[in-house]
Amino acid sequence: MGNGGLIIMSNKFIGKSVKRVEDKRFITGKGRYTDDINLPGMTHAYILRSPYAHARIKSIDTSAAAAMQGVVTIMTGDEVGHYGVPCGWQVNFKNGDIMKEPPHPLLVKDKVRHVGDAVAMVVAESREIAQDAAEAIVVDYEVLPAITDASKAVEAGAPLVHDDVPNNICFDWEIGNPKAEVDEAMASAAHVTTLEFVNQRVSPNAMEPRSYIGHYDGVYDKYTLYTSTQNPHLIRLLMCAFVLGLPEHKVRVVGPDVGGGFGSKIYHYTEEALVTLAAKKTGRPVKWTETRSEAFLTDAHGRDHVTKAEMGFDGDGKIVGLRIKTFANLGAYLSTFSTAVPTYLHGTLLQGLYTTPKIHLDMTCVFTNTTAVDAYRGAGRPEATYLLERLLDLSALEMGVNPTELRLKNFIPAFDGVTQPGYQTNVALQYDSGNYHGVLHRGLEMLGYEDFRKAQKEAAASGKLLGVGFSTYIEACGIAPSAVVGSLGARAGLYEVGQVRVQPTGKVSVFTGAHSHGQGHETTFAQVVADRLGIPMEDVDIIHGDSDTVAFGMGTYGSRSLAVGGSAIMKSLDKIIEKGAKIAAHKLECSPDDIEFVDGKFTVKGTDKSLGFGDIALTAYVPHVYPANLEPGLDFSSFYDPTNFTYPFGCHIAVVEVDKETGATKVKRFIAVDDVGNVINPMIVDGQIHGGLAQGIGQALLEGVEFDGNGQIINGSYMDYAMPRADDLPMFELDRQVTPCPHNPLGVKGAGEAGCIGSTPAVVNAVIDALWSAGHQVKDIRMPLTSERVWSAMQS
Amino acid sequence: MIPQAVDYKRAGSVSEAISLLAENPDSKILAGGHSLIPAMKLRLNSPSLLIDIARIPELRYIEVRDGGVAIGAASTHHDIISNADVQSRYGVMIEAGELIGDTQVRNVGTLGGSIAHADPSADWPAALIALNASIKVEGPNGARELSASEFFLGFFYTALEEGEIVTEVVLPAPAAGSRSVYRKFMQPASRFAIVGCAASVTIDGGTITDATVAFTGVSADGAFLDEAVGAALVGKSASLETIEAAANAAAEGVELNEDHYASKTYRKHLAKVYAKRALVGACGL
Repeated sequence: MGNGGLIIMSNKFIGKSVKRVEDKRFITGKGRYTDDINLPGMTHAYILRSPYAHARIKSIDTSAAAAMQGVVTIMTGDEVGHYGVPCGWQVNFKNGDIMKEPPHPLLVKDKVRHVGDAVAMVVAESREIAQDAAEAIVVDYEVLPAITDASKAVEAGAPLVHDDVPNNICFDWEIGNPKAEVDEAMASAAHVTTLEFVNQRVSPNAMEPRSYIGHYDGVYDKYTLYTSTQNPHLIRLLMCAFVLGLPEHKVRVVGPDVGGGFGSKIYHYTEEALVTLAAKKTGRPVKWTETRSEAFLTDAHGRDHVTKAEMGFDGDGKIVGLRIKTFANLGAYLSTFSTAVPTYLHGTLLQGLYTTPKIHLDMTCVFTNTTAVDAYRGAGRPEATYLLERLLDLSALEMGVNPTELRLKNFIPAFDGVTQPGYQTNVALQYDSGNYHGVLHRGLEMLGYEDFRKAQKEAAASGKLLGVGFSTYIEACGIAPSAVVGSLGARAGLYEVGQVRVQPTGKVSVFTGAHSHGQGHETTFAQVVADRLGIPMEDVDIIHGDSDTVAFGMGTYGSRSLAVGGSAIMKSLDKIIEKGAKIAAHKLECSPDDIEFVDGKFTVKGTDKSLGFGDIALTAYVPHVYPANLEPGLDFSSFYDPTNFTYPFGCHIAVVEVDKETGATKVKRFIAVDDVGNVINPMIVDGQIHGGLAQGIGQALLEGVEFDGNGQIINGSYMDYAMPRADDLPMFELDRQVTPCPHNPLGVKGAGEAGCIGSTPAVVNAVIDALWSAGHQVKDIRMPLTSERVWSAMQS
Repeated sequence: MIPQAVDYKRAGSVSEAISLLAENPDSKILAGGHSLIPAMKLRLNSPSLLIDIARIPELRYIEVRDGGVAIGAASTHHDIISNADVQSRYGVMIEAGELIGDTQVRNVGTLGGSIAHADPSADWPAALIALNASIKVEGPNGARELSASEFFLGFFYTALEEGEIVTEVVLPAPAAGSRSVYRKFMQPASRFAIVGCAASVTIDGGTITDATVAFTGVSADGAFLDEAVGAALVGKSASLETIEAAANAAAEGVELNEDHYASKTYRKHLAKVYAKRALVGACGL
């Protein structure tokens, strides 16, 4: 254990690009998503939402709607407004005061705080009737001025989102070295690069919209919630303990197939509690599925930071200090993990890959009349990476040096975390293992830096603008251990559960609390189990997503599933093998210490006497010839609480071409050299990187939620919100370096978010480089880099 | 995303469709449905009856007529861009049609539906204006024929009168020495035109003898013929210098469209750039 190697595995499946076993049902349209489930007697809910970003509700008249044929019940804030969903992470003000935590009611009765805030829920015999009835509800609003920009919401006189939260400040927070030390370092710097920018708000856009079914069985007094979620057990815990006060053992939460989340399905949403309440009230199942328009308004958004960042260098180009002031927009209400994202998932990553001796982040987290903001693929780490990597490339331009040499000069030296200790940052974290020079060198080989600079000059002569941008990122996955995150304010543990049940015939059912929403757990985990037990993958079934089946779980987010969930399964596999060895030793008449388990066989060392895995499984359940004092059965469950985060890292390089006449930007090449530790299924890791790159490049060039002065989203549909499409992207050039994680049994680090974390600044840096090459010395172009914004930058 | 309840009738002929339309004042003609159905799902449009004309055989044909091509209104975008007679005559129709939506949209959306809807950023209107196409409409008072410039009147606004439907588009025979192209700067989300420029240029012995340049997306009033650009070309040699001067005259005196992807200033600039690019193509430079 703990050496990061895979010495005890057969390597029959690990490291192989096994095709995803779940894909047959997905690509043949047979996936079973929540909205595919129809229960007998089911009713349908429609939620009436506020058309205003900020308004007092003077009255709600549901009488006409209630009288419509087919309407089963109508709920408003008067009935359920005292229930509210909680925030899962407490952060304190700098002065120690607890953050402002205004209620987030299931339905609003006093005032609405963002467009899409829920005012009433109609339950009817069909979706059509429910929507028709909702449109017949008359709400009298007194419209109030709205505020959407976090940096302006704190100003005196700004509208107050919550009447009792002064200046809309949820909390202020800082991390790093004492501010005075950083100020001193910056004052001594030979060069300071200053960058003011917005890391814009994006909409998650999971392919499957959120969908929930509430069900109450009066015979057994049992609730079932079907939900498109990333973590069914956490939803059950939050809803039972903190929202509705239901007994947890009487509530089953099922997450069927889930069609993507990107973070947005981590959180406990009001509608989950509403359908549960409505099911009890009506005695009938209640389904609610959002429309795409509602998804834009209500699925928690990502990013939205307004930042001023300064990086100081000495005369040799060594970084001497980093000073940052950021306003983070939390939206109108606190979503489940919203407070952790700009703080512990962002401030802690500001060391980057660099030896920066003095760092200080001053963070203000702010309420606005907007959709709640929470973790979105990368969650805080992309914002940290964007800040650092933009500063690095811009500093190189300002100082007239090679951006890659500037990085190499400032990188933390390689360390394996085994023979060399982890790297202690100035922002709380201790990196596990890393070889940062390696990924940059490999990226440069793939790019051909000097050749590119030559091509850039030649292109300029023929009227084309080429640019290259770099991003050497680090991130933190598998957030843990529980005691540490608890001390930082998490109101949950961050371990994972893995149960391995060997059936009498030697077939294996694995129960994991890590719930796939598209990542391919059913394949990757089966590869690990089949490899460890030396059995065919077909003999392994991965079961996830049902709180009645899986003991417990913390779900899938933060690239944690394999590093934490896979490790929990590994712990149970060890217990299975240990017990199997005892059974084998008894039957083979030797000491358990003399048994070795290789390729699915328990063998007496140095002999040809052995028993197969299936023989031992059968013996465990038919224990006729069996060790005394050993329980029958072969079924173990384990909780794995990691000792540290894992720290994937990598080098992303973008080459762009900018149309001088229009500002249109095309990504011509994208190179990604990622080090995610050991790799179980290279194809799945590549797929995760591809998807992450698409989203990261999407943020750079295409995506961004835009509000008008009244707090309306002006691009809340796919006609106006630009998602990255295949023809927006080049063929990706991927490579990998492997620096195993030293502290988990698989040596894995996590790959789900890396692509999204590294890529955004590489693209923006490349555009800035292209513009500098033509003499336009702009520091920043606001993301997304629409053609007009790039063109405007070239007019100055 | 659920429309209000709506009745549906499938018309078997143009005359039946016209009668149904006359009998049901709150009805809408359904062809491909790619503009109407999304509007209904968002409840921006809630007709009581849909009259489906997509399967009327007499509306779906493409045939050579007097050296030009006549296209039935219910012909799909795919029908048009895959038709050899269109391909051999009108580059602008192929280049514009290929950039409409995606494969599924092109397989179902129709020419008649698109032009009757008259989205100010739609591709076909600019192409039809540049080719000087004529558009046939039919209603309770009989049939009429209008030039494309007469047909497109503004923002989702055409010369169609109450109870009339589009039945046919006729593309005139291309002149000897003519070439037509379409160049489009796309809105990145919808991929409708921020600027679409259709240009048809006839060159005789190195001199431009005829030039029509039309834009879509540029004006809040929809597609239009930019006469100043054409006027700056006719009688001149087909050179880059001529083109640049003519393109610079584009989109002047127009009520410009604007949105969060393109301000008026930027749109006007793009119109000039795309006029140049279209003319370079149309002049074969």
